Amino acid sequence: MSHLVYLAVLAACLVGTAWLEVVVRTRVYRRWRRLVVAIGPVLVVFVVWDLYAIHRGQWTFDSRYTTGLLLPGRLPVEEVAFFVVVPLCAVLAFEAVRAVRGWPAGDEPAPDPAADPASEWHGEGGPR
Amino acid sequence: MSYTALAVLAVVAALVTDLAVLRTGLVRRRAFWVSYAIIVVFQLITNGVLTGVRVVRYNPAAILGSAHPQLLGHGRVAFAPVEDLGFGFALVLATLAGWVYWGRRGLQRTPTAGPPRWRDGSPPS
Repeated sequence: MSHLVYLAVLAACLVGTAWLEVVVRTRVYRRWRRLVVAIGPVLVVFVVWDLYAIHRGQWTFDSRYTTGLLLPGRLPVEEVAFFVVVPLCAVLAFEAVRAVRGWPAGDEPAPDPAADPASEWHGEGGPR
Repeated sequence: MSYTALAVLAVVAALVTDLAVLRTGLVRRRAFWVSYAIIVVFQLITNGVLTGVRVVRYNPAAILGSAHPQLLGHGRVAFAPVEDLGFGFALVLATLAGWVYWGRRGLQRTPTAGPPRWRDGSPPS
């Protein structure tokens, strides 16, 4: 069972943030295509960094606590999962904060021209 | 390059990505910093488990601190090398900049987040 320690930590991250999608309505999983293109390049860059660090012996992974499934470059599969799970949790936290506080981030839809212009639009020019 | 140098480089690269490449300017947004404040707490906890249990071990030659994880001090924060803070910040900022960039480009800009369920039934603020 100890071989699952790293995976269990990642699973805990997913389980611990899942309620945000349901209760806070982050709608991050629902926007999965946007999530994929946001995470993809970051995943590639950090995997390259990881491979460099492993190659240089800067860090190592204890085979007692990992599944032992290694990708080329002796990269544990858990590391690739880490670079998906952590960014995903970050986006969930970010969208949860925005859902609760209504703060803008620059990607808001244009205001509905039919709506009252003095209403709740918080886009450019609104509060930062 | 040492992990220390790479961590500093990653923070700079993430800032350049946010401010100049994608021009998302998240580091000027309250929404980003409040989110990051929440994220970093959980990052320290999960990373503290991974480094405290020694799932990951660091070569002392590559980091500021020693090879021995401790709660605080000797280049360690919550058992993890202080460099991990730069690594984590860059990972989060680059991801969120990408997320906002693609939303701004119109990729699944909607449905937007919220309102939270506990506000169901109350008029929009």
